Amino acid sequence: MSEALAVISEWTLPLVVSLILVIGAWRRVPIYQTFVQGAKGGFSTAIRLIPHLVAMMVAVSVFRASGAMDGLVQLLDPVLTWLHVPAEVAPMGILRPITGQGSLAFMIDIFRKHGPDSHLGLLASTMQASSDTTLYILTVYFGSVGIYRFRYALAVGLMSDFVSVLASVFAVWLVSGMIQV
Amino acid sequence: MIDFIWLALFLSGVATAMVTGRMPMVSSAILKGAESGVELCIGLIGAISLWMGLMHIAERAGAVAWLARKLKPVARRLFPSVPADHPAMGAILANMSANLLGIGNAATPLGLKAMEELQKLNPHPDRASDAMCTLLAVNTASITLIPTTVIAIRMQYHSAHPSAVVLTTLVASLIGTCAALVLDRLFRALSHRRQVR
Repeated sequence: MSEALAVISEWTLPLVVSLILVIGAWRRVPIYQTFVQGAKGGFSTAIRLIPHLVAMMVAVSVFRASGAMDGLVQLLDPVLTWLHVPAEVAPMGILRPITGQGSLAFMIDIFRKHGPDSHLGLLASTMQASSDTTLYILTVYFGSVGIYRFRYALAVGLMSDFVSVLASVFAVWLVSGMIQV
Repeated sequence: MIDFIWLALFLSGVATAMVTGRMPMVSSAILKGAESGVELCIGLIGAISLWMGLMHIAERAGAVAWLARKLKPVARRLFPSVPADHPAMGAILANMSANLLGIGNAATPLGLKAMEELQKLNPHPDRASDAMCTLLAVNTASITLIPTTVIAIRMQYHSAHPSAVVLTTLVASLIGTCAALVLDRLFRALSHRRQVR
C-alpha cells in the first residue's frame, strides 16, 4: 500500500506531461510551437509578482528575525495546548499560513527529534500537507492581477487554516487508532 | 486590509526588536527578505512557463474543455457568478484538478490564469470579486490526494511508512476545504448585507 503510493507520487508528473503531449499530438496540435507560445507568458507573470512578493517577504522576515513570531507562538501556545494540539507542533500551526519554508523546516526538525513515524512526526507531516501558505497565495494570486482590496479572503483563509490544524490532530488520532502506524 | 497587515508585521517586528535587542538581525532581515522575494519569483519562472506551455497544448487539444465539462456541476455551484462557457471556468477547473492531484507547481500558474480571467469579469479592478475569494478559499485549503513533497522528505528521513500521511492528509484537507467553503459563503453573505445598508 505504502510502496504503491510512493510509486504513484513519483509517476504522476511524468505521466501527466506525457499524457498532455500525446493528446496534443493526437489532436494534431503543433505541440512544440504551441508549448513555446504558452510558456512565453510564464516569464512576464513571474516578473509581475516580484514587487508584491518583495513587499510581503520583507515584512515577514522582519517579523521572524525580531522574535515577534516566537512571541506570538508563545502567546497562542496555551490555547493550542487546550485544544489538544501538542505543544511541540503548535508553533508549526502558526507558521504554516505565514511561511511554507519555515513550517517545512519545523517539520524536518520534528523528524530529527522524534522520527517521521512517531505520532508527532505524522501530525507535523499532515499539517504541512493538508494546508497551504495562505499569506503567500493571497499575495501572489491577488498581486498578479493588481488587486489591493482583499475583502474577507484573508479572514476566511486564516480561519480555515485554524480548522485544518485541528482537523490534522483529529485525522492523525483517527488513523493511528485504526491502524498501528 | 493589506495596508494594515503590512504595517502590523513591520511595526510589531521593529517594536519586538527594541525589546529583544535583535535590531541588527532585523536590519539584515529587511534586505534578505527583499532578496528572497525576488529569488522566489525567479524560481517560479521555470514552473510557471512549463505549465503554461503544457496547458496551452491541453487547451488547443480540447482537453481542458473536456475536463471542464466533467467537473462543471461542482464548479457551477461553487462559482455561480462565472458564466459556464467563460474561459475563467476552464482555468478554475484546471486549477482545481491540479490541486487535487497534488501537482502544486502546476496549481499556482493555473490559479494565476484563473485570476486573470476572473479579473476580466470583475467590475471593480482593485477589489476582489466574490468568485476570486472563493477561488482563494479553495486554494488555501486545497484538497490533496498525493502530498508529493512531504512524502519525499519522509523518505529522506527513513520513514518506514512514508505515505502514511496520504490518508490523514485526505481527511484533514477535506475538513479544511469544507470549512473554507462554508466560511466563504458566510463572509460573502455578511459583506453583501453590509453593502446593501
